Amino acid sequence: MKRALLALALMLAAPAAAVLPDEMLPDAAQEARARAISKDLRCVVCQNQSIDDSDAPLARDLRVLVREQIARGSSDAEVRDYVVARYGNFVLLKPPMEGDTLLLWLGPFAILLLGGAGLIFWQRRKPVATPDATPLTEAERAELDRLAGPQD
Amino acid sequence: MKRVLFILPVIAFAGLAAFLGFGLTQDPKELPSQLIDRPLPEFVLPGITDAPGGGPGLASASFKGEPRLLNVWASWCAACPQEHPVLERIAAEGFPVYGIAWKDKPEDSRAFLARYGDPYSGMGSDFPGRTAIDLGVTGAPETFVVDKKGRVRFKQIGPISPEVWEGQIRPLMQKLRAEA
Repeated sequence: MKRALLALALMLAAPAAAVLPDEMLPDAAQEARARAISKDLRCVVCQNQSIDDSDAPLARDLRVLVREQIARGSSDAEVRDYVVARYGNFVLLKPPMEGDTLLLWLGPFAILLLGGAGLIFWQRRKPVATPDATPLTEAERAELDRLAGPQD
Repeated sequence: MKRVLFILPVIAFAGLAAFLGFGLTQDPKELPSQLIDRPLPEFVLPGITDAPGGGPGLASASFKGEPRLLNVWASWCAACPQEHPVLERIAAEGFPVYGIAWKDKPEDSRAFLARYGDPYSGMGSDFPGRTAIDLGVTGAPETFVVDKKGRVRFKQIGPISPEVWEGQIRPLMQKLRAEA
């Protein structure tokens, strides 16, 4: 029974976010926007977490800042631009397509194309089996049997 | 011809390995500053003295007329005591160092300076951490080199070592002093 309860509790448990109740906005729609923006912003201290996941003090400061801007009436894009102006594109967990990120965005496709081209190239060069090959003569067959030795 | 083709994947692999190998030598903690060649963001910070309101603080408007260093530090910062002797040496060599105590209680900042010495020409307290975000600070210590016109010219992430001071920052400060 205890085990079943534990399993049930674990099943129902949601992944913990770092957002604390005192940071949240009273307006649910605004809070939802803040959560969405925070999930896309990298915590610059613990770099592979979003500020929504991180409990670093700087991530908290940024969460509060995002909410302040939203409460002040900024659009989602304006809030993102505000943070990018200070920390650069690196804070966006999904980097925009720009000159220095072209390799990141197009690299996989370029490699796929190159690989595909190579594959086609090698396939073409493979000698094609000739269907009209002349069959062995009797003498050749006998010679082959002799070379292969006695069959058992 | 055929041999050259067989070597191609090896060459491609060597190129990729060199590219990724170079990536390993870069420190991902060091984000390029957005502020280089841009004016210092505006701030007016209270001081850290026990006077009401913190006493005289630090304002961005005062960063004019001579090149200065702006050091973001905190009493809780592990690398700051290690950097401190270098800051004292910089001040002793006649280069002005200003400080922002980041997310630090003024009494803790004061205790740190009482223990390690105070090389700073001016100090502001950024307990809410908002100025640090405007500066794009990712950790302490970080140091900005601000030129005569109040523009940020260089950012050091992490403590200033004697090598960084002698090799990079001091030559830059001397160059900035010579600038019109």
